[in-house]
Amino acid sequence: MTTHTDAAVEPFDVSDPNLTRFDLVKEGARRDGVEIVHYAPRFPVPGTKAEKRIERVLAFLFLLTGLMGTAFVVAYIAWPWRYGHGDETYQKLYPYYNPVLGATLGLALLTLGLGIITWSKKLLPEEVSIQERHDGASDRTEQLLTAATIVNMGDELGLKRRRFVGLAFAAGAAPLGAVAGALLVGSMIKAPTQNGKNVFFTTGWDPANNGGKPVRLTHEDGTPIRPADVSIGGQITVFPGIPGGATNKYADSPTLLLHLREGDAQETLKHAKPVNHGSQWQNFVAYSKICTHAGCPASLYEQQTNRLLCPCHQSQFQITDNARPIFGPASRSLPQLPITVDDEGYFVAVSDYKVAIGPAFWERP
Amino acid sequence: MKRRKFDVRALPAKSAEALDERFQAATPLRRLLNKVFPDHWSFLLGEIALYSFVVLLLSGIFLALFFDPSMAEVTYSGSYTPLQGVEMSQAYNTALHLSFDVRGGLFMRQMHHWSALLFMAAIVVHMFRVFFTGAFRKPREANWIVGVLLFWMGFLEGFAGYSLPDDALSGTGLRIASAIMLSIPIVGTWVTTSLFGGEFPGDVILDRLYIAHVLLIPGALLALISVHMGLLVKQKHTQWPGPGRTNENVVGVRMFPGFAAKAGGFFMIVFAMIAALAGLIQINPIWLFGPYKAAVVSAASQPDWYVMFLDGSTRLFPAWEIRFDLFGWGDGYTIPPIFWPTVVLPGILTMLPLFYPFIEARFSKDKAVHNLLERPRDNPLRTALGAMAITFYVVLLVSGGNDVLADKFDISLNAMTWAGRIGILVLPPLAYYVSYRIALGLQQHDREVLAHGVETGIIRRLPDGRFIEVHQPLPSAAVSHAEGEEHHGLEYAGWVVPKKMNRIGALAPTVKGFFFPIEKAAPPAPPQIGEGEREEITSGH
Repeated sequence: MTTHTDAAVEPFDVSDPNLTRFDLVKEGARRDGVEIVHYAPRFPVPGTKAEKRIERVLAFLFLLTGLMGTAFVVAYIAWPWRYGHGDETYQKLYPYYNPVLGATLGLALLTLGLGIITWSKKLLPEEVSIQERHDGASDRTEQLLTAATIVNMGDELGLKRRRFVGLAFAAGAAPLGAVAGALLVGSMIKAPTQNGKNVFFTTGWDPANNGGKPVRLTHEDGTPIRPADVSIGGQITVFPGIPGGATNKYADSPTLLLHLREGDAQETLKHAKPVNHGSQWQNFVAYSKICTHAGCPASLYEQQTNRLLCPCHQSQFQITDNARPIFGPASRSLPQLPITVDDEGYFVAVSDYKVAIGPAFWERP
Repeated sequence: MKRRKFDVRALPAKSAEALDERFQAATPLRRLLNKVFPDHWSFLLGEIALYSFVVLLLSGIFLALFFDPSMAEVTYSGSYTPLQGVEMSQAYNTALHLSFDVRGGLFMRQMHHWSALLFMAAIVVHMFRVFFTGAFRKPREANWIVGVLLFWMGFLEGFAGYSLPDDALSGTGLRIASAIMLSIPIVGTWVTTSLFGGEFPGDVILDRLYIAHVLLIPGALLALISVHMGLLVKQKHTQWPGPGRTNENVVGVRMFPGFAAKAGGFFMIVFAMIAALAGLIQINPIWLFGPYKAAVVSAASQPDWYVMFLDGSTRLFPAWEIRFDLFGWGDGYTIPPIFWPTVVLPGILTMLPLFYPFIEARFSKDKAVHNLLERPRDNPLRTALGAMAITFYVVLLVSGGNDVLADKFDISLNAMTWAGRIGILVLPPLAYYVSYRIALGLQQHDREVLAHGVETGIIRRLPDGRFIEVHQPLPSAAVSHAEGEEHHGLEYAGWVVPKKMNRIGALAPTVKGFFFPIEKAAPPAPPQIGEGEREEITSGH
């Protein structure tokens, strides 16, 4: 063992029998740069009433921890915990399974925490210690020695003399670094095109999904829709009548079919902008349900004002005016799906949406 | 065989020696045990975040044993009757399985969610503490940066976790996230299709989020937390100014047993709160929302609280879309309005705090090492900037739930949006001004007390008819005055100045008790015989 030169200011003999254990503690702390300036027991006279009281409180808290912990385990195993199982009593007790777990575990941990903190605040000696900081930069000599060691590495490698080798190394290592990037990016990258079409410009309503035939408007369960199915002033959500048309595979396709009142229908027809000409069928209109702001379904329809509200960011669209945004953060109208009725009397989409649906993006005109 | 004597009592010493022979642990171990920690309630805020993280890891491991992030379609056949026969993703199915068919699964799910909320809340409040007391100043800039990164990592981790159950809310959140990615100029569509493996929602996003949520981001969080703690130990804690406290020392208690016991107890209490919340207060009841369907959303779709400020900024930002033509390529190009509040704003909100310590040091030309904290009033500029930032944040946060507020308080939704739009511009500067003035006022009052003593509320009339208030001088000011030095009051020490007088020489305390006095009034004094004598007796007390 080497002797600690800093601490050897005054000789300290650890084996001196006159030293108390606390003397050793103080010396240890001193060597660590810590001075214990105040250290007093909370109860200088042992066994006073006050001390006994604290001890009782602590014992109570810890025993309560044990009790609550046990209660948790018992409840965890024995309390009815399955939804829709067992007899009537089982079902009556079931809703309290979680609360019982929370209450018992919470109390067990709370009493344990309170006990430990009380122990440290009421029974541990009162203490004030001061530790010196050793802030700031290292010794100047140390800095210079380390700097020399680092710079010397360059000399040892001979980077200055063998510049060509260094350059060759860099030229060799760079592509190797690119390998990691290439693996990460290359494995994940995917062009936004499919079958030669930009996926953001096509939806499930594209006749190509239906063997070139116009796609029917259907309910979620796939049944086609007749005009009589939607009452005047009513609205339903429709999906493309193709396999999986109502699933998330065609998350861009949900559409709102509205049966407008006579006057509203006339107004809608009058306002229709060029791209929407001919999209309306009698008093029926269909707009994309996907909000042009962030892609939530704009599904809250206020019949009186013919407004559609998106519940995510409160964009509002005027149905009778090309579903134009009239309030909120959305900047584009909801695209209109051109619809008509086929020979069998069911609604079909004449074509896909004429503009991209959903949130805007860079390439979208 | 000869049986060697085995001394049990010598065992600890023997094994300690054996260990020290191999690891030379005595000195570093004692140094660790003796490390001094200062004490103040505000230093516990960061600890809450640490303890919540531990609970997150423990509960997360439990959940990972039962959860499967697959997006394959299955038909639900678990215990929860209302959803039986419904088509859903395997992720949602297993999340339901966890909630209904795993013993204590719902408890653990709720514990995981509650501790995530608490983790983020503790980080934010801890950040306030560090900011307003100037604890980020040299030499602790690096640890501040690590802290800011921890916030954003926690944010990402939370969002990924929120998306995993694939219920209606998580799907809606993901769809908004895809819209945000789409809005990025030039690369938006490529980024989106690359991450989602095609058009939203694709069938790989949950697998990717899952591995990010259980491995990549927790790994980064663990590494950052280790660096955060390591730097704390290396650079030592800051402390408030006070008697015996200097820039070169730390005053407090040694780590063991005093600090460790308190911290351990505190951990248990934080854990207890999370457990109680998990059991007693329902959070994210995914079975009520149903599986995610692109066509379905419910009103009051709110994200977790730490994402709400972004939702708020998205709601408030006007519909300003930029459309332009670039050399006649394509059909023209678009920067959607959602780009600004969800990509640019978070970018600013990351960069500004990240560099704040350096910006402040530059403007205040302060290159000194600071281990003593500064009271918020003593740096009005910083305090006002902080108040401004918090106000900005709170307006966004409130706007994130403006539809709920509009509904509950019967206010027009559009009025709420406009209130937010105006509020975000008007309130932060107002907060700046008000908090600046308050800080100056508090400063001035401190100086006043130091110069003149504590206000007593006793008004005295002087012989010439003037009224003055009697001030109780502070102890050492009285001493220096008695010694005949010029009376300039005390030097401000950067710490609390006593503002309440002590009772000596003051009026009797006011009657205690709300409905009736707790203490009975003293009975009227019996009639005295010698008036002068009575004066003598009471004057000394």
